[in-house]
Amino acid sequence: MALVAVLAWAVIRPRGWPEAVVAVPAAVILIAAGAIGGSGAVTEARQLGPVIGFLAAILVLAHLCDDDGLFQACGAWMARTGTSHPRAAGARRLLAQVFVIASVTTAVLSLDATVVLLTPVVFATASRLDVRAKPQVYACTHLANSASLLLPVSNLTNLLAFAASGLAFGRFAALMALPWLAVIGTEYAVFTRFFAADLSVRPRPDPDRRENDTGLPVFTLAVLALTLAGFAGASAAGVNPAWAACAGAAVLAVRALARRRVAPAALVRAADLPFLLFVLGLGIVVKAVVSNGLGAALAPLLPGGTSLPALLATAALAATLANACNNLPAVLVLLPLAAPSGAGAVLAVLLGVNIGPNLSYTGSLATLLWRRILRRHGSAPDLGEFTRLGLLTVPAGLLVAVLALWVSLHGIGG
Amino acid sequence: MAGSDAQSRSVLIWVCEGTWRASVDAGLSLAPAGARFTLLHVTPAEVADAAHGAYLGLFGRGHGVGRDPGARLDELAAASAGDLLARAAGRLGHDCEKLEIHGHAERAVVAASARADLLVMARDGDRARLGPKSLGKAARFVVDHAACPVLLVWPEPAPDIATIPPPPHAGG
Repeated sequence: MALVAVLAWAVIRPRGWPEAVVAVPAAVILIAAGAIGGSGAVTEARQLGPVIGFLAAILVLAHLCDDDGLFQACGAWMARTGTSHPRAAGARRLLAQVFVIASVTTAVLSLDATVVLLTPVVFATASRLDVRAKPQVYACTHLANSASLLLPVSNLTNLLAFAASGLAFGRFAALMALPWLAVIGTEYAVFTRFFAADLSVRPRPDPDRRENDTGLPVFTLAVLALTLAGFAGASAAGVNPAWAACAGAAVLAVRALARRRVAPAALVRAADLPFLLFVLGLGIVVKAVVSNGLGAALAPLLPGGTSLPALLATAALAATLANACNNLPAVLVLLPLAAPSGAGAVLAVLLGVNIGPNLSYTGSLATLLWRRILRRHGSAPDLGEFTRLGLLTVPAGLLVAVLALWVSLHGIGG
Repeated sequence: MAGSDAQSRSVLIWVCEGTWRASVDAGLSLAPAGARFTLLHVTPAEVADAAHGAYLGLFGRGHGVGRDPGARLDELAAASAGDLLARAAGRLGHDCEKLEIHGHAERAVVAASARADLLVMARDGDRARLGPKSLGKAARFVVDHAACPVLLVWPEPAPDIATIPPPPHAGG
């Protein structure tokens, strides 16, 4: 009941109130009722604390990169190279550029940055080049999920699994590199065929419209590169890589504050404290629910071991659960069940919960159904095309990703 | 003046990103004298919807980073559509009505064709392999269902007649 209430509140969000309004009291009630012991709750909070801190640092980092014009610079680069090669493959070339930028942005700055910060820039670039925006925008929303496999920082689900798997940062990335590339390749192959008609339109930018090219924010890019190196270095040295993220965010924050480019309040808002509380509350509620029956009920469905069929079944189950509600509760439920089978099983869960949400465009059936009830534009949005695209990319993406993971596990060793 | 003459023909020009120049030019050179022009642009609702959906999928996580990209895309799309219509009107150089619709492209165009004497549109689709499927889905729908004659134009110069495939062999 508690889990249902927390998730229902997070989907519906009455009056736009934060998700934490129900999640935190629900966690407190479950602790008070003894559904989860005080020490169990403390252990869970201890495990989630660093993950949440890591997430906050990445959110602030992405916000500061945006403030410094990183995404504007990406848009300007796409527009410039699109204009300088008018006879090149046209809209396909822009799509390839969007794929590269969206995949890298998602991997380094998390899917939140791609959805919220990059997508509007990509749309504006497409209009500026006089090409249709639909394939480009759909590429952003798809890659925000499917290209979030590479690094622990790419997705909150990865951060949670990273903490549970005990893998080092570099090893996580090494094991996920091949699945990441395989999924992006699959998406690109499907997109170029699915949107062949839209992509046949050549960019014809108006020569009268001058770009306001902001130039590349070199300092920010350098800090990002150092932060990435810091993730691997800190993890190899046995230090939590969250500190590298904090350091990177701190350097950019001090510079932005000193130049009065950003207000301290905006930085606090960027860290999104209510959401961090929600994750903590949700984690404790899920833990209580899993140890009081849900875990025992799901355990027979999850195959043990890391053979290829077991990995496939794990990823498929994870994708199904993620689609039923959302990938955040799905990963919290599945991690403790998959962890005993080793890192390979944990990574297979991630493939499922990260690629799976592309099947329904809100990432979960629950949100989708609620949206059908709300009917935002007075009429229900046309979901047919998006769903067909999801049906073409998700099963194929899952299959090649699991195969690639299996190859990586054998090549590098789980 | 244009519009007050009951005899003047009404020409609807569907302007799309990338191909609008060809449609406007064809409308200008082939429409009957004294025609009334209407420029129509449709912003597909599902693009901003997809961005909004992805934001909902973050489960609230996006609030800290910025605001709903769906709303942002709606604003950008409105500005971009207005700009495109203004440039098309500039190229047309005539008095014209400008229609900006947010919704389902092919259905909106067919609905607008009911009040027109001629619809001008550019073909999209994979023009490298001409055949039954070389019209894009939206263009195909409009050609099938338009309530007035349709002038379908090439966005680039039309291909040479020598490019048509050889006729099938007569059965012998």
